[in-house]
Amino acid sequence: MLAKRIIACLDVKDGQTVKGVSFENLRYAGDPVELGRAYSDQGIDELVYLDITATNEGRKQIYSLVESVAKNLNIPFTIGGGITSVEDAENLLIHGADKISVNSAAVRNPQLVSDLAKKFGRQFVVVAIDAKTIGNQWIVHTHGGKRPTDKELFSWAKEIEDRGAGEILFTSMDHDGHQTGFANEALCRMSEMLSIPVIASGGAGEMEHFKDVFIKGKADAALAASIFHFGKIKIPDLKNYLKGEGINVR
Amino acid sequence: MKIAIIDYKAGNIKSVEAALKRFGCDTILTKDPQIITAADKVVFPGVGHAGAALEALHAADLDTLIPALKQPVLGICLGMQMMCQRSEEGDTPCLGIFDTEVVKFRPEHGEKIPHMGWNQISQLKSPLFEGIPDGSFMYFVHSYMVPVFEHTAAQCGYAQDFSAAIARDNFYGCQFHPEKSGNIGLKILENFIKL
Repeated sequence: MLAKRIIACLDVKDGQTVKGVSFENLRYAGDPVELGRAYSDQGIDELVYLDITATNEGRKQIYSLVESVAKNLNIPFTIGGGITSVEDAENLLIHGADKISVNSAAVRNPQLVSDLAKKFGRQFVVVAIDAKTIGNQWIVHTHGGKRPTDKELFSWAKEIEDRGAGEILFTSMDHDGHQTGFANEALCRMSEMLSIPVIASGGAGEMEHFKDVFIKGKADAALAASIFHFGKIKIPDLKNYLKGEGINVR
Repeated sequence: MKIAIIDYKAGNIKSVEAALKRFGCDTILTKDPQIITAADKVVFPGVGHAGAALEALHAADLDTLIPALKQPVLGICLGMQMMCQRSEEGDTPCLGIFDTEVVKFRPEHGEKIPHMGWNQISQLKSPLFEGIPDGSFMYFVHSYMVPVFEHTAAQCGYAQDFSAAIARDNFYGCQFHPEKSGNIGLKILENFIKL
């Protein structure tokens, strides 16, 4: 049976993992490859590297990072952040990325999702959506969640599936950072509506939240950052817990 | 050991190249028939659309070269599918090394397509799986699959049971990505190198 995936997200700036990561027995927590390897050894199923570099100069360092990750790790990884064109994606593929994720650029130019899927296949294209509730509607936001758009979450998710996205990475801004659990109701609705995998993000605080997101939220994968980085939840413990709860994990 | 990785611009080969190098192999990414024929082993990778893959293979005369190879050949993902007779994806004729068809998954209980992620392989029947426990998890990404047939070397279940690996004579194929399947996947590549 296909396993539910646990994904760690690493923020990268100027080619280095940003501070705020405390990993036992790891001398260079700033090295994205070392950190990725530590996660891989612990049994993480996938990694997402999110490039938060602001300058164009710094962005170029992402290529050598991608190449180094591809050469040194043997699990799938996604690169996101600042991808606005087919050329950006192609450069990342050439350097060894398994998947890329687009967010604001897809909202600005939905055709980009179609173009990426056509050129590289849908398995290469993850579309990230940040959304929060305004009134009784889930509204898509861009620019790290700062700017509201005119798009409603579920119709946008359907559109990008139709355009050829291979996966959707949905972050609930209502839940992100609160560590009180994932947006299970919205996730469940999205997962049942779509025929592509849904990655849940935002809100993980306890191991139980992962059980809930897989059972109640019907997510195919769950992503977290700080609770893993700070060691609040260790990957082997989480996997054992989920197995004990009858959830199929690797 | 010289390993030729067939170059037909079909996806990401960095990881498989790095993995083979780690085992001390001399790898070369090439579409040159002479280099491919002279290599000790051949890796036939691939991600993408079967129709586009066939076009690229045909343009480089690789569609006739590959079935005639005598050394061990490992097809990975689309590479494995291209070794079959025909693919439902774009109704594409393939290389015909394995007398079977590639078909689309038919979801039966709302399974998501592509089949993406870690799934278990079983009924392992090839030297490729020497030392690999039944039930090991491998990383898969695909929407089309090879049903179980006489040359199935490992099985996996999603919407239907399908061939996770196939083998016949000097030809081997993995639907999953051994290069992305952690240390256990690397062991399969090592077994291939040792063939």
